[in-house]
Amino acid sequence: MDERSEQAGGKQAPVIEPGYTFGSVTDKISAIVLTRPTSTSWFIGFGAFFLVTMMLLYAIGYLLVRGTGIWGINIPIGWGFAIVNFVWWIGIGHAGTLISAILLLLRQSWRNSINRFAEAMTLFAVASAGIFPLIHMGRPWLAYWMFPYPSTMGIWPQFRSPLVWDVFAVSTYFTVSLLFWFIGLIPDLATLRDRSENRWARIIYGILAMGWRGSARHWFRYETAYLLLAGLATPLVLSVHTVVSFDFAVGIVPGWHTTIFPPYFVAGAIYSGFAMVLMLAIPIRKIYALEDFITERHLENSAKVMLATGLIVAYGYIIEGFMGWYSGNRYDAFTLWNRLHGPYAFFYYMLIACNIVIPQVLWIRKLRTKPVALFAVSGVILVGMWLERFIIVVVSLQRDFLNSSWGMYYPTRWDWMTYVGTIGMFLAAMFLFVRILPMISIFEMRTLLPEAEVKE
Amino acid sequence: MQIFHRSTNTISRATIFGAVFVVAALFWVAATVQRSPYVTYAGVARPQPAPFSHQHHVAGLGIDCRYCHTSVETSSFAGIPPTKTCMNCHSQIWTNAAMLEPVRESYRSGKSLVWNRVNDLPDFVYFNHSIHINKGVGCNTCHGPVDRMPLMYNYASLQMEWCLDCHRAPEKYLRPREQVFNMRYQEPSSSQPVLVDGQPYTDQLSLGMDLVKKYKLRTATDIMSCSTCHR
Repeated sequence: MDERSEQAGGKQAPVIEPGYTFGSVTDKISAIVLTRPTSTSWFIGFGAFFLVTMMLLYAIGYLLVRGTGIWGINIPIGWGFAIVNFVWWIGIGHAGTLISAILLLLRQSWRNSINRFAEAMTLFAVASAGIFPLIHMGRPWLAYWMFPYPSTMGIWPQFRSPLVWDVFAVSTYFTVSLLFWFIGLIPDLATLRDRSENRWARIIYGILAMGWRGSARHWFRYETAYLLLAGLATPLVLSVHTVVSFDFAVGIVPGWHTTIFPPYFVAGAIYSGFAMVLMLAIPIRKIYALEDFITERHLENSAKVMLATGLIVAYGYIIEGFMGWYSGNRYDAFTLWNRLHGPYAFFYYMLIACNIVIPQVLWIRKLRTKPVALFAVSGVILVGMWLERFIIVVVSLQRDFLNSSWGMYYPTRWDWMTYVGTIGMFLAAMFLFVRILPMISIFEMRTLLPEAEVKE
Repeated sequence: MQIFHRSTNTISRATIFGAVFVVAALFWVAATVQRSPYVTYAGVARPQPAPFSHQHHVAGLGIDCRYCHTSVETSSFAGIPPTKTCMNCHSQIWTNAAMLEPVRESYRSGKSLVWNRVNDLPDFVYFNHSIHINKGVGCNTCHGPVDRMPLMYNYASLQMEWCLDCHRAPEKYLRPREQVFNMRYQEPSSSQPVLVDGQPYTDQLSLGMDLVKKYKLRTATDIMSCSTCHR
């Protein structure tokens, strides 16, 4: 059904409030970047998160001097926070690609209001994720060994290792996301170039716009390239977290070695990704008065996606529990017992509460359109998804086959500084992004207007 | 209003085109420099406390490798001769040569000469001379034409890809054991066959394959495993 006729007949909120024209949409979005004075609260917010980013640099610098011994990792828990945070961030990144590529191919035009900043969020999340495996290597300056290049060692990386697949999956994902985001920005960068009063802004936006004039030929090529990239990015939404799940599923550790991991990881990734999108969209639409563009419809749709993916994740937990009993494997059964009664049991119950129990409130329609409630539930889901990775990484490694090799894991202050530091870096980057680039796609918003309808 | 000069069109096209070649060229330069003597020192003679010439002693006088490198057949280390070995001859000949003063000084004081090591593998590589000698790897397969080196230099790059070249297919290099110390050994050819147990071989591969069996070499998979050299 057509978007607008659906609005007319249905009782859902519209994707864009009525009364806008091509001109006023462009004015409203570009004014945030070009004419709106930069507020003191922006500087305070950016400054605070910039300081947190500096703390991250300090933690990494100290790590490079002293080595991974400053972290809480040990034998048997060799993976710890670094891998927990890596998987968490990579998962968050998935929402951007899902919104921009899959929803584009499925002609879900409501995505036009949120795809731009969801893609930016993806890039910053993948960048935050990328830090962790790198610094976890111990000798990050040799990270290029992971790539197959004609080295003087005369050997290739171990292609049978999922850790090498990871390198390809994540680097491809980052590259395609970056291209997709940048190509989508080009027409808007040209708009900013043409509207800017400042000479330097004109030059910088001009270079980035790559000579865009908006001719019919430009648009034809643009649409072709954008669709092709969407086609390329779509399988990546599924493949990246599948490969990340292989890091675990290919291993033999009880609690990791299960075939349910790929689908359940992908669902979890989209679950946490949409939670992050909402946590960013809700304050942004309030602060920049964008409620007309990011409407209750967007909030509700995102909440529905979270509800659906959350149920898939719940199914994953249930199957894990079921297989622990049904497999008859005493080690699998023990892993289940250890989750429920072991030293980290509290976190397992927290995980069930955050990921399964609390999000069920999203069945209530009123709550799905209430920004404050959605913001709170999204925060709970992000905590829950982080706990999920903590349970998978730490609790599985903590007690494996031999009880002579059991151990405990306690993160140190350096673990926390690195983790909180990446959150700071992510948010500082988001602050910069909303200030210097159009956070909503101007030209795609224009296609949602009644004016854009072609009369035959 | 125009921000950019019209030449920008040409420049930007050239940049896109050029970037591919610039990046490819950078990779090529990195790969080439990494394998060049600038990094590996292959072919670069090192200064020594006394300018000992392998060319003179090996080709000129016909001294066998094992006269000085005594432990090469039985130990991981080929052995650096003590000053006494030098003095076996040099107490009789060239007794006043200024060039040999460091040797005589070492003999008088009992303090060893400190030679600069030329073929120096990293410490994380376990290397054993004796196994290579006993399986039919010639000295000059790795060390090059030592009998033509006035000052010692490393002939090979000593990079891991160079080691693996032979470990992947030892039959390309093996020779009969009695030829290991022959500095002028020629690979078998139809004009100059190599005899092993009375059988003439005219090409390296068939000789190498048979020597692999005869000397009971471990399989390529075995000698390719990480722990063969990184113990």
